[in-house]
Amino acid sequence: MSILRGIVPEIACTRVCKQYRQGAEVLRDINFMVYKGEIISILGLSGCGKSTLLKMIAGLTSVSSGEITVNGMTPANARELVSFIFQDPTLLPWRTVKRNVDLGLELEGATRERRDAKTLEMLELVGLSEVAGRYPRELSGGMKMRVSIARALTTRPRILLMDEPFAALDEMTRDRMNDELLRLQGQHGWTIVFVTHSVAEAVFLSSRILVLAPNPGRLLEMVNVELDRSNLADARSSDAYEQEVSRVSRILRGAHLV
Amino acid sequence: MKRHIRTLLNALGVFAVLVALWQVIIWTFHVPSFMLPSPAQVAATLVTRFSPLAQSLLITAEEAGGGLLLSIFAGVAVSLVFAQSAWLRRMFYPYTILLQTVPIIAVAPLILMWAGSGEWSVTLISFIICLAPIIANTTQGMISVDENLQHLFLMHNASSAQTLFKLRLPHAIPNLFVGIRISAGISVIGAITGELFAGSSRVGQGGLGYSILYASAQLQTAYLFALVIAASVLGFAFFFLAMFFEWYFLHNWHQSTRALEAA
Repeated sequence: MSILRGIVPEIACTRVCKQYRQGAEVLRDINFMVYKGEIISILGLSGCGKSTLLKMIAGLTSVSSGEITVNGMTPANARELVSFIFQDPTLLPWRTVKRNVDLGLELEGATRERRDAKTLEMLELVGLSEVAGRYPRELSGGMKMRVSIARALTTRPRILLMDEPFAALDEMTRDRMNDELLRLQGQHGWTIVFVTHSVAEAVFLSSRILVLAPNPGRLLEMVNVELDRSNLADARSSDAYEQEVSRVSRILRGAHLV
Repeated sequence: MKRHIRTLLNALGVFAVLVALWQVIIWTFHVPSFMLPSPAQVAATLVTRFSPLAQSLLITAEEAGGGLLLSIFAGVAVSLVFAQSAWLRRMFYPYTILLQTVPIIAVAPLILMWAGSGEWSVTLISFIICLAPIIANTTQGMISVDENLQHLFLMHNASSAQTLFKLRLPHAIPNLFVGIRISAGISVIGAITGELFAGSSRVGQGGLGYSILYASAQLQTAYLFALVIAASVLGFAFFFLAMFFEWYFLHNWHQSTRALEAA
């Protein structure tokens, strides 16, 4: 972290609060920064405002007070740098896999040639070239999520905001998706903010974990994760991993008692 | 396949029983043929007067089809406008319901008075009766898009037109087909109702509604029965045509066509 200090953060949240018009306070005084190429997870119990915080970073929900900047801009102005991956794959069922993946480029007005080339490249990246002509209803849950990720990557984002993207998958598929995400992040250097309620997933993926306490959502602790990820299979079965999971679980249990 | 054949055989069996019952009633109560013609007389009329019957059927099919097609274009256009603004919906949606609740039999003479009596006026009456189900269903489909899908388009800085035509409109297609299915059946009713009032510019020639009036005035009861059968066949044909198009456009991606395939 000390190396990162002094560098302009990719995402900066300063004294961010969120209160609904009806008066319910969702988030109170959230402060944190995310630096280029970092993966941070937002961890907390259901209803503590994790998804709301992520949507505020994406500019999909307004901030009641405080400030969020993305690469120095307001979230709404920085959307070209950002891709949002939802908990559901949010595929358009009337489009084939290929046409779902090229949606972002189509909306940008890219030429057919560029769209085709980029779509094929992304489908290859996520290992789905063979199902390009299929419709979403013909795919498994894991495949749908990979299509969703491929779609998010076509517009060359610098920042990925991921809202519990693997929550609905079985454990084995989820582990495989986590491995793939780390591999791709290693290649492309994206900055990732990952919302999850799984301690194990947060520890495995991120260098820092932002633990939120509920009612209203507050930053309880920013946990630095010390884990060697040079070999992913070893990392998941290592003692260090288990110790980190236990440590973060203890902190999370504390969050429940706050 | 076996199940389909069994369903068809069941339907034919019921039909045969009803026809037999009809014949038994005539034999038992000695009903005169101008009151209730026998099934054989109706069948014979269907054959001997096939040409004028087919002509009437084609005229009504043109009017009902025209009304239905117009209602699809106009209904989708209105829904596109409604999907853009909750304020517009609140202002004008009650009038759509009004279209559905006003009895067409009361409106038909007015339409004929304003638009003149002819096939175009009958098409207009059919259009009016078909419009409300198309607007109601399509609008519902356009405004019930999942919030995450809307956010997805927002994240890609999609324009209002892109969101409307690449998200809301395709999302509403299954709902549009529900509306078309409802309207397909009632388009024929609308056309026949219109014809009952509109008459025909060609003496002795006109749509099914006109021919029903003509046959009724002449006490040609067997022909009246044949006309009723033709009207039912036309209604069924429209309904199944709508179902075919629904299957054709949706079978690749939408759940509803599985029910159609199972039916």
